[in-house]
Amino acid sequence: MKKQAKFGIGIGVIVVSMGFLAWLGYGESKTYYHTIAELSTLQGDARAHRIRVGGTVEPGSIHRSQGRVDFVLDGEGKQLPVSYVGSDPLPDTFIDKSQALVEGSLERNGSFTAQQVQAKCASKYEAAPTADPPAKTAGASAASEAAPKSSM
Amino acid sequence: MTRFGAVYGERLLVDVFGSFALLLAFICAVYAFVGGIFAIRTRHPLLIKSTRQAGMATCGLIFIATFSLVYLFFSDSYWVAYVVAHSNRDLSTFYKISALWSGQEGSLLFWSFLLAIYVFSALFAYRNKNGELMPYVGVVLAGVQIFFLTLNNFVASPFKVLASPAANGALEIYTRADGNGLNPLLQYPEMVIHPPNLYSGYTGFAIPFAFALGALLARYPGEKWIHLTRKWTMIAWCFQTAGILLGAHWAYAVLGWGGYWGWDPVENASLLPWLTGTAFLHSVMMQEKRGMMKVWNVWLVFLTFMLCILGTTLTRSGIVSSVHAFAQSSIGNWFVGFLALILVVCFAAYVKNRDYLKSENQLDSIVSRESSFLFNNLILLVSCVAVLSGTLFPVFSEWVSGSRISVGTPFFNKVNIPIGLLLLALTGLGPLLAWRKTSTESLKRNFAGPLIVSLVGGAIFFALGLREFYSLICIILCVFVAATIAMEFYRGTRVVHARSGLSWASSAVDLTLRNTRRYGGYIVHMGMVLIFVGLAGAAFNKDVQKEMKLGSTLQIGRYNLLLQSFESHPEKNYTAERMIIEVSENNKPKMMLYPERRFFPTNEESGTMVAIYSTLRDDLYVVYSGQSPDGQTPVIHAYLNPLVKWIWLGGAIVVMGTFVALLPNRRTVLALASTTEPAAVSELGTVLAPSRAVTLREGHD
Repeated sequence: MKKQAKFGIGIGVIVVSMGFLAWLGYGESKTYYHTIAELSTLQGDARAHRIRVGGTVEPGSIHRSQGRVDFVLDGEGKQLPVSYVGSDPLPDTFIDKSQALVEGSLERNGSFTAQQVQAKCASKYEAAPTADPPAKTAGASAASEAAPKSSM
Repeated sequence: MTRFGAVYGERLLVDVFGSFALLLAFICAVYAFVGGIFAIRTRHPLLIKSTRQAGMATCGLIFIATFSLVYLFFSDSYWVAYVVAHSNRDLSTFYKISALWSGQEGSLLFWSFLLAIYVFSALFAYRNKNGELMPYVGVVLAGVQIFFLTLNNFVASPFKVLASPAANGALEIYTRADGNGLNPLLQYPEMVIHPPNLYSGYTGFAIPFAFALGALLARYPGEKWIHLTRKWTMIAWCFQTAGILLGAHWAYAVLGWGGYWGWDPVENASLLPWLTGTAFLHSVMMQEKRGMMKVWNVWLVFLTFMLCILGTTLTRSGIVSSVHAFAQSSIGNWFVGFLALILVVCFAAYVKNRDYLKSENQLDSIVSRESSFLFNNLILLVSCVAVLSGTLFPVFSEWVSGSRISVGTPFFNKVNIPIGLLLLALTGLGPLLAWRKTSTESLKRNFAGPLIVSLVGGAIFFALGLREFYSLICIILCVFVAATIAMEFYRGTRVVHARSGLSWASSAVDLTLRNTRRYGGYIVHMGMVLIFVGLAGAAFNKDVQKEMKLGSTLQIGRYNLLLQSFESHPEKNYTAERMIIEVSENNKPKMMLYPERRFFPTNEESGTMVAIYSTLRDDLYVVYSGQSPDGQTPVIHAYLNPLVKWIWLGGAIVVMGTFVALLPNRRTVLALASTTEPAAVSELGTVLAPSRAVTLREGHD
């Protein structure tokens, strides 16, 4: 039985230490996803977490200034002012009306400070609220176009 | 969107042809599946043969359908919706090919195409062999093909046409003057080679999966199906490795954020089957040599294939948000259903036949080859579980707690860096441990040298200023593994050299070719060492961002960047704005770099062209990020990334090593050097007398 014990201990040590590291990493990086509408309803601790929010960039709202980029995200009928203060350049797909996902923290005054911004071009093939020529682009599904590797 | 009742006009009906080929492929696959099941039960030779041929015909028809789609692209057929969406007249030939897989429908057809190549090869290669097993394999493969053909035909057809109601109410096909063009972010060479490699990896694992499941259902002897699938697994693994590295290179050289791996869900999706596939590649040796780990191996290969399907599910369904795919697509439901079906079938087959998977031997000692394989598998699986949990965390947390919580780079790195280092250590230890139990003398003989060399190496780097803990461990282990590999080659080459009189170089080549699996494997390990060296460099990345007026300079490390001028010029389908930068190293002018931004009017999108000067020591990586807020000054972001080139070099060596390992062993008799005098034909018999010829026995793996 001794060698079983040795293996058991070896396996146990690896699993437990990895589990511990995973738990540490989780604490360091956990980010809560909320919609713009939910943000105003957050209370207490929930406001202090790292948060990820998605929305559409309001046309004309992008203002670049020294060390930051301000813009407004629309979603579910609400608007959220965002300030991006990260050092990486904004992605090329970050333009008016693109869908953006920002990660960062919620400020006291309800605005959002973003450390990270991801953006995807609004697909040209989603049916607009006004009538489109029927069955025009039946083959082109909304999911597959603009994002770089979305087809895979 | 039906073609029936529509007016065709004078078009060459290649799209109709292609879609019929797809439909026929589906029918053949169904026959191969259903007929195959009957063939197994009745053992009727005609059924066996016809279902195999149906399987091959399925593949042929898929080839035809794929070539039809490619033809539609090249003939600018802008009445086909998929062609309109991803191509235009101005698009270069190179990218018209890659447009095939740049959208959902086409990439699914491309999956079927690559899978068909594998299926056809397997059915053809074994058409007169392994008669007990092949009908089962054929049925499993047909089942997989039926799933993808269902998607190709009925859920996401690439052959849909554009049509709108005409005056009389009937649908009329119309042709656009030009297409929408390919997304500019996809117009890079990497986009042409990364998906084919990666998909070839994913689809390739279907073959070992089919053999494993088929063997389980047929109760076929374990060693035989493992022996058969070994080469297929290595091929799929090689493509998967290349695909992952090409993807990382694409992210690095094209996307311009200075890194090559972001632990993004889609990236992780490609890593997961690689982890279990690597575990499988190693643990099969346990089954071959010692008849152990049979249950484990069967489930490893099932898991690998399921992770391939999961990988493509994650990418296409958008259940986890990623830079690569935001949208929710209902096609994800199909994949989840398929995944569930595979799990049920595998589990049922296992429960039914598990008594045939009993181990023949036990683990004898912790200091043995078996033990190192066991730990290798354990570590790879822990990593797989960690990456999988981290990737799917948002989904699980939403089920459990209602809020979507995601985890990022700190989580993945904290777990995977120690795991990677443990794996590296095993790479050095494992091959030199003996089966069953390694004696202390053997341990000393094998490891004393490399251990000393690696500790000396570590001390040198420490003295040179390397203090970061993980990086130091990494370098020590890299030197350790390199030393063990070098020692193995040296020992073997010395024997060949002594016996044959060949030069050292020829001896080394001869040694490798006589046991390609073992020495090819060592080459692969060496490549992995180089990759780890490259990864270790990431801890020391530096970057500087600056608004630079013309004539100003930027200093990063030993490099000084001078912005000389910039220019703007129109190209075929974009306008380029390019910076002209002179780079000096230690105050001596060295070279010019041209970071660029491109604007694509058709799509209203812009793309970045990173300028990279790559050496073994580090990469100088320069990005033109755009204009300053007031629009007057260009903003340059420069990075200095140490050792990145080692990753790509290591990757190339891994691929080369796999090729070597795939070669059949050289088996000629090796004559002693003194018998090579020219002799008359009649005397040859006496010159090459058997007693003076030496055959090197194949070393054990």
